[in-house]
Amino acid sequence: MVDFPVLSIMTFLPLAGVAIILMIRGSAEDVERNVKHMALYTSLFALAFGLFLYKGFDGASAEFQFVEKVEWFSSPGFTYHMGVDGISVFFVLLSVFLTPICILASWDAIKTRVKEYMIAFLVLESFMVGAFCALDSVLFYVFFEAVLIPMFLIIGVWGGPRRVYSAYKFFLYTLLGSVLMLVALLTLYAQTGTTDIPTLMENPVAVKVQLWLWLAFFASFAVKMPMWPVHTWLPDAHVEAPTAGSVILAGVLLKMGGYGFLRFSLPMLPDASLFFAPLVFWLSVIAIIYTSLVALVQEDMKKLIAYSSVAHMGFVTLGIFTMTAQGVAGGIFQMLSHGLISAALFLCVGVVYDRLHTREIGRYGGLVNNMPRYATLFMIFMLGSVGLPGTSGFVGEFLALLGAFKVDTIVAAFATTGVVLGATYMLLLYRRVIFGPQANNDAAGMLDLNPREIGILVPLALLVLYLGVFPGVVMDRITPSVDKLVGDYQAHINREPLAEEERVEEDVIVEDIIVIPEAAPIEEIKKEEKGKTHD
Amino acid sequence: MELLAVFPPLFGFLIAALFGKQIGDKGAQFVTCAGMIVAALAACSLFFTVILAGHPYTAVLSEWITSGDFNVSWALRIDQLSVVMMCVVNIVSACVHVYSVGYMGHDDHKARFMAYLSLFTFAMLMLVSADNLLQLFFGWEGVGLCSYLLIGFWNHKHSANAAAVKAFVVNRIGDFGLALGTMAAFVVFGSVEFDVMFEQAGAVAENTIEFFGFELHALTLICLLLFMGAMGKSAQLGLHTWLPDAMEGPTPVSALIHAATMVTAGVFLVARMSPVFEYAPDALMVVAVVGASTAFVAATIGMTQFDIKRVIAYSTMSQLGYMFFALGVSAYSAAIFHLMTHAFFKALLFLGAGSVIHAMSNEQDMRKMGGLYKKIPVTYALMWVGSLALAGIPPFAGYFSKDIVLEAAWADHTWFGNFAYWAGIAAAFMTAFYSWRLILMTFHGPPRAHQKVMKHIHESPAVMLAPLFVLATGAVLAGFIFYGGFVGGSHHGAESGHEEVAQEHHEEEGPHQETFVVTKDGVHKKEEAEGHRIAWDKESFWGESLFVKDENDTVDAAHGAPFWVKKMPLLVGLLGIGLGYLAYMFFTGIPVTVVRIFKPIHTLLFNKWFFDELYDRLFVKPAFKIGNVFWVKGDQNTIDRLGPDGIARKTLRTAGMLSRFQSGYVYQYALVMMIAVIGIVSWFVFRGGYG
Repeated sequence: MVDFPVLSIMTFLPLAGVAIILMIRGSAEDVERNVKHMALYTSLFALAFGLFLYKGFDGASAEFQFVEKVEWFSSPGFTYHMGVDGISVFFVLLSVFLTPICILASWDAIKTRVKEYMIAFLVLESFMVGAFCALDSVLFYVFFEAVLIPMFLIIGVWGGPRRVYSAYKFFLYTLLGSVLMLVALLTLYAQTGTTDIPTLMENPVAVKVQLWLWLAFFASFAVKMPMWPVHTWLPDAHVEAPTAGSVILAGVLLKMGGYGFLRFSLPMLPDASLFFAPLVFWLSVIAIIYTSLVALVQEDMKKLIAYSSVAHMGFVTLGIFTMTAQGVAGGIFQMLSHGLISAALFLCVGVVYDRLHTREIGRYGGLVNNMPRYATLFMIFMLGSVGLPGTSGFVGEFLALLGAFKVDTIVAAFATTGVVLGATYMLLLYRRVIFGPQANNDAAGMLDLNPREIGILVPLALLVLYLGVFPGVVMDRITPSVDKLVGDYQAHINREPLAEEERVEEDVIVEDIIVIPEAAPIEEIKKEEKGKTHD
Repeated sequence: MELLAVFPPLFGFLIAALFGKQIGDKGAQFVTCAGMIVAALAACSLFFTVILAGHPYTAVLSEWITSGDFNVSWALRIDQLSVVMMCVVNIVSACVHVYSVGYMGHDDHKARFMAYLSLFTFAMLMLVSADNLLQLFFGWEGVGLCSYLLIGFWNHKHSANAAAVKAFVVNRIGDFGLALGTMAAFVVFGSVEFDVMFEQAGAVAENTIEFFGFELHALTLICLLLFMGAMGKSAQLGLHTWLPDAMEGPTPVSALIHAATMVTAGVFLVARMSPVFEYAPDALMVVAVVGASTAFVAATIGMTQFDIKRVIAYSTMSQLGYMFFALGVSAYSAAIFHLMTHAFFKALLFLGAGSVIHAMSNEQDMRKMGGLYKKIPVTYALMWVGSLALAGIPPFAGYFSKDIVLEAAWADHTWFGNFAYWAGIAAAFMTAFYSWRLILMTFHGPPRAHQKVMKHIHESPAVMLAPLFVLATGAVLAGFIFYGGFVGGSHHGAESGHEEVAQEHHEEEGPHQETFVVTKDGVHKKEEAEGHRIAWDKESFWGESLFVKDENDTVDAAHGAPFWVKKMPLLVGLLGIGLGYLAYMFFTGIPVTVVRIFKPIHTLLFNKWFFDELYDRLFVKPAFKIGNVFWVKGDQNTIDRLGPDGIARKTLRTAGMLSRFQSGYVYQYALVMMIAVIGIVSWFVFRGGYG
């Protein structure tokens, strides 16, 4: 049934690029130049397919699209199964959008082992796309874990002075999670006899098993997000990683955790998700407040932004586990928006790091005078991070909080303090770097953005603003899938208590709730029920 | 037409910001000023179609956020309230734009300054024309951003940057409330669109909502949360500390943002939400008490300050307090009336002060001024007009609006209404006093500035004086002309010449009849003046844009207030002026003596009641301290030590091996990747097959 396997092409196209790069011969200089261009064209080619994907994606449908299904191994139920729905399609786009930006950002910054560096990025792109497209849990697991390897190398080989420590910390944390996740996947297979994700999503396992599985998945995804208190690898990894490594790490890799929650925890383990939701809420609230306060006292620009990432991911987990249409959509939107904004912020740090080779905030100051263009673009991203309405940062944050307010007002109120703290640390950072007197001559002598840097940052800035004013281009496409996810979840949760009454009362009620269409009348039903209990 | 009233400033901003270099400073100034003037004219034309002809409408522009049952659009709500605000914003902004051409003449970044001013105006227009709480929030944050940018405009000054960040952060604390209020509104009403909310307000008046573990009256909670936002933006007591510091910005900014428009956004918000506030009497009480306290406290501080802009800033805060207690006693129309007149005379005062500062080569300390009235007579005269209006002396605009505000407070006949009335009277006395203290210290007495500075003093150029005249016209006439329309009835002074007759009416006839008769007079007057057949009274003026329960209509009741209630503000105003003359003109030793005798009180007032110091101790320093503790003790000493580092220490050898990884041969990396992938997959397949 697959006449044009877009997803497979997107997944393996970068690997084809790698093959060609490996064949490039010539003088060291030639190789370097050719490799860079080859990597860029490959990633742009993948981006073109991404646009095709966006164009061909039916936003009104909640079903998986561009589905490819091939028997892989002879063992039962184990297939090469790819496809995207509204939840995953934008993460695929984010991956193919950020990769060429990363390659361009490394154009002059990477001087050693350029060939290997570019190969690592293309391989990384391949695995990222694969992870978001995979509809078979084994396939997903392979991609999900394989992503670690090139990322580990990028930090460990091209990183800063403490790169080995950081790479090791990164690897250790994520490995711990992945082992548990593997066990969970095996158990799921043992319970259901399939590794097919859509099938698993429709057939939740017994409640008792769910709790353990949920914790195992949680270990893996919480590290990836990262959630407090397993977040400490992130600041170190960011600080030591080269600019492009930070970009892809903050831009895409962190989102795999959120995506995992949406793809595995919620649909496959709904009862456990309900049970553990308060835990996630409070961990999220702690993450938001704790890391915001820590960000306040950082002297290293990258560390500050890394900690702010943890806080922003707190809004994501908060929103997702509210299991309301707004909360989940807000969580997804916040991830996409953060993918753009944090990527751009790390690029902004990279711009000045390339010039002065320090990330210490105190070494800069008054850049608005000699780098006005940089100041303007940095301002846009700073405001996006602060969540100013009119930027993409606001939409996700507000919807996530709105979802939280519906479920638990105390949690929502505490989480909302994040908007005050977020404004404080970002504004102080901006003030110290961009404004103020020009204390250091070398900082005052830095040149403004060159055309390449403008070419990287301007598209990001335009997207941040455009998605802030017209979030509908994304929202409309993710809504059907989100509604289906939330609808199925609510139907499952509501069925449990009714299951026992089933025999006593008419079973019409039960069926009504289970057969609910995707469009989310669940919430209305819930409201009605609430109303009844009030009466 | 509504597009023409809202969007030209945005285009002005975009052109000046993106092509500032290409079109040059002159081009940027022209584009932004032209955009503002077009917008101002369009707003005036809306005044005719919407208010005089009575045709409010809403123009939907585009979808914004849709998620589940949450649905908001970009839309322009063009009703009477928003049109009044648009007129005020656009007219004052146009004046400030033109004035800035002269005032910023020596600055290096003229295009940027003009761009920010236009962006601010656009955000303010989005705020006042929002048709839902979220778009209002957009404008709300937008004006906050521009305020931040403009306060910190002279970014080489450390104090300016600090003030800018402080303004944004303190405002964000208020926004915390506004955001939660918006969410609560969505939970209660199922929508954040004004139309839906207003329609349902009566129906859900008895509902409760669970918040922080308590069952609270839903509408009271919503209103209080929204009011928290209003307190931040409008610098009400508790969240006011940013406003005086904001004076670090260029003076045109202080006039436009920190006097005439942005700081009144909170007043606008409460007035806009009047259909909801009306069902939350407890919230209204809080609004009234906070407003009255602010009016009083700010006035006390204003008497002791020496920075000419800070005096006016505290006066702004105090006047905002008046507006809030008017809102608190349900006198929404009176609050907006005062907002409008205040915008004119306060912008006039600020720009006049700017003219003084401009003449004095950027000196702001009144102790270093004096004896200027002969050198800059036009500015001097205009400052008099502004001060007379501020002090509430007839027939200037402030007289009409301040009186109706105070009368409405009295007519509320509640304890907080009375509190507000007397706090307002006390503040009125102090207002008059510090206004004349300002005038006398600045313009009279011996010159205290350096000889060099005194030689340089010159009257401002026409481009700066012309906008002042426009504002002065507003400060003189706005109260008299709009009294009938904004608050209905007629003022005992509205016919200026017939004041005595009106007083006689008061004493002889019942209040009701008197109001009626004079109302009719007002109508006739209006028809003669403008040739329009319109009913010039508050009901038809406001239409349905403001909602007051009949039993709460203090504005109507205010017209029947007793004679002494009506005359008290004028009396204390005159007394304040007299005292000002006494202390700063005739017996200049008095202030020093008074300060010496009341040393503790003066210290308290002079240090602004120590709010800044208190907040610094309570919030700012602890936040940084806790941040450090979390980072060092939490992240490094606990999580890392027990987690990865602990394990790492035991496997140091592994780490050593890892560093050998950097062999630089790509096939090795590729091999490692391949082995890992294949290994994981195959292991899983074989294990999984039997699992």
